[in-house]
Amino acid sequence: MNWLLDLTPDEWNAVRLSIKVATVAMLASLPPGILIALLLARGRFWGKTLLNGLVHLPLILPPVVTGYLLLLTFGRRGPAGAFLAEHFGIVFSFRWTGAALACGVMGFPLMVRAIRLSIEAVDRKMEAAAGTLGANPLWIFATITLPLILPGLIAGAILSFAKAMGEFGATITFVSNIPNETQTLPSAIYTFTQVPGGDAGALRLTLISVVISMVALVASEVLARRVGRRMDIE
Amino acid sequence: MTLSVDISHRLGDFEIEANFESAGRLIALFGPSGSGKSTLINLIAGLIRPQKGRIAVDGRVLVDTAADIFVPMHKRRIGMVFQDARLFPHMSVAGNLRYGRWFTPSAERYANVDAVVDLLGISHLLDRRPVKLSGGEKQRVAIGRALLASPKLLLMDEPLASLDEARKAEILPYIERLRDETKIPIVYVSHSIAEVARLASDVVVLSRGTVAAFGQTEAIMQRLDLLPAEERGEGGAVLDTRVLRHDEAFGMTVLGSPAGEIRVPQLARPVGTPVRLRIRARDVMIATEQPAGLSALNILAGTIAAVRPGVGPTVEIAIDCNGATVLARITEQSKQSLRLALGRKVFAVIKTVSFDSATTGPGLPAEADG
Repeated sequence: MNWLLDLTPDEWNAVRLSIKVATVAMLASLPPGILIALLLARGRFWGKTLLNGLVHLPLILPPVVTGYLLLLTFGRRGPAGAFLAEHFGIVFSFRWTGAALACGVMGFPLMVRAIRLSIEAVDRKMEAAAGTLGANPLWIFATITLPLILPGLIAGAILSFAKAMGEFGATITFVSNIPNETQTLPSAIYTFTQVPGGDAGALRLTLISVVISMVALVASEVLARRVGRRMDIE
Repeated sequence: MTLSVDISHRLGDFEIEANFESAGRLIALFGPSGSGKSTLINLIAGLIRPQKGRIAVDGRVLVDTAADIFVPMHKRRIGMVFQDARLFPHMSVAGNLRYGRWFTPSAERYANVDAVVDLLGISHLLDRRPVKLSGGEKQRVAIGRALLASPKLLLMDEPLASLDEARKAEILPYIERLRDETKIPIVYVSHSIAEVARLASDVVVLSRGTVAAFGQTEAIMQRLDLLPAEERGEGGAVLDTRVLRHDEAFGMTVLGSPAGEIRVPQLARPVGTPVRLRIRARDVMIATEQPAGLSALNILAGTIAAVRPGVGPTVEIAIDCNGATVLARITEQSKQSLRLALGRKVFAVIKTVSFDSATTGPGLPAEADG
C-alpha cells in the first residue's frame, strides 16, 4: 500500500495541478454556462441554431482540433491571445491557465446541456407568481429560477469538472506537457507510459485519478439528492 | 375601488373584447371555460399585454395602448391567487408568506403577518414545506402570500376549481372573511354559480370573449339564460336576508327578507347577521291558492313578474314577492294547466330542507353594498 502514496514531488504536482485546473475550469465556465443555457432555453433570436452548434463543437470535433483552434486564437500570436496579453496581461499559451481554458472549453457543452435541461424543466408559472408578488426579472432569477435549477447546475458543474480531470488531447496540443506548469494527470500518465520503467508511476496516478473522479461523482450525487429532497418537486 | 376595463386582445382563433367598469367589493368574472375569464384576469395582472385597450384601477392606468403605457406586473401591486397555488417548492410556508412582503416598500405594507396567518388559520403550517400540505392548505397559504404583498387589488383565478367539495367548503369561509374583514377589493374568476352567488357583490358574465352582462349579483342571478347548461340546475334567485331568530326545538333558523320569513336548517350565525340565500329555481313550486296540508314550511305570496322559456319542456317564472324576486322552474304543462300568466297572484313554495350549506352563506356587510 505504501508504494501507492509514495509519490514523487513531480507526481504530487501533477495531482495538485489537475485539481486546480479542473476547479478553475469549472468555476469559470459556470457564469457563461448559465447565460448560454438561458439563451438557448428561453431566447428567441436569429442565429440560435448557430450558437447551439458552436457550443457543441468541442463535443464533436477531435480534441486535437479544438486544441489547435485554441492555439490559433489564444496563442501568443492569435488575435484573442495577443489582445488579452497586451491589455490585461493574461497569457494562456504554455501556462496552467491555458490548460484551464482548454479544459473549460471541452467541458462547456456538457455543462450547458445539463443546465439548459434543468432550465427548460422550470415551471415558468412559478416565475409569473413571483412577478405578481413584486419581484422584478432579476430577483425572479435569483430567488426562484436559480434555486430551482440547482440540481441541474450541480450536475453540469460536476460533468465539467470530470471532463477537465480527464482532458488530454486539447490540453497537450494547446499548452504542451510541461512538468509543474501544464502537466496534468493524463499528461503525466502519458509521459510515464512513454519511458522504460514508468509502469508503476502510471498505475499510481491512474488509481489516484480514479479515486478523485469517484469522490467527485459521489459528492455530486449526495449534494443533488439533498437539494432534491429539500425541494421535493413532484 | 373602481376597476375599468376596455380591451381587445386576440390569441390565435380566440378573441376577447371586454368593456366594463365596476366598483364592487368582490367582482366575479363568471362564464364557462373558454369564455375568456382567465385571459381577462391575466390582462389585469399584467401577465399578458393586450393588443389594444386600457385598464385602470382607481384611476391608476395599468395599461393603455393608445398612450403607450404598460406597467410591468411586478410594479402593479396586484396580488394573484392561482388555481394551482404555485407555492415556491424550495421555501417553507413561512418563506412563501414573506416573499411578497419583502418586495413591498415598507411605507406601503399594510398587511400584518400575524393577522393574515390568523385570518387564514395557517399558524400550524409555517415550518412545513409546500409538498407536505393538502390542496386546501396550499390554497390558504397562497392567499396569505398574495395578501402579505399588501396588494391594492387581489385577483383570484378559480382558486377552488381544483379542490374537491370538502376542501371547497373548507376555504369558502376564509374567502368570505377576506371579503368582509379586509378592505382589499377582489376580482374572482369562477365558472361555479354556487361560488359566485355566495361571494360576489357584482358579476361580469363572459361568453365567448365578450361581456354578456354585468351588474349586481342579485340582478344578474335573475338571468338564468346566462348560465351555461351544466350550471343551470344551480341557478336561482339570490336574496340578502338577515337572521331573525333560531328555532332550537326544531333545529331551524328563521330568516327575514322582504318576501317574508324563510325557514332554513339551523345556521351557526348570531341573530341580526346578514345571510345571503340562494333559492334554486328547481326547488321552488308554485301554487295558485294558499296551500294547506303541505309539509313545505316556506310559502311566499307574490305576483308573476315574468315568464321566460327555459331549456326543453321547462319555463322560468319570476315571482315578485314584495319587491324580492323568486325564480321558479316548472314544466310547460304545469304552466298551462295552472294558467300562469303575468300579473297573476301566486304562492311560491320552498321546502326548508332544500337549503344547504352551498346555498346559505354569510351576507355582505351593509356598508360594503355602496
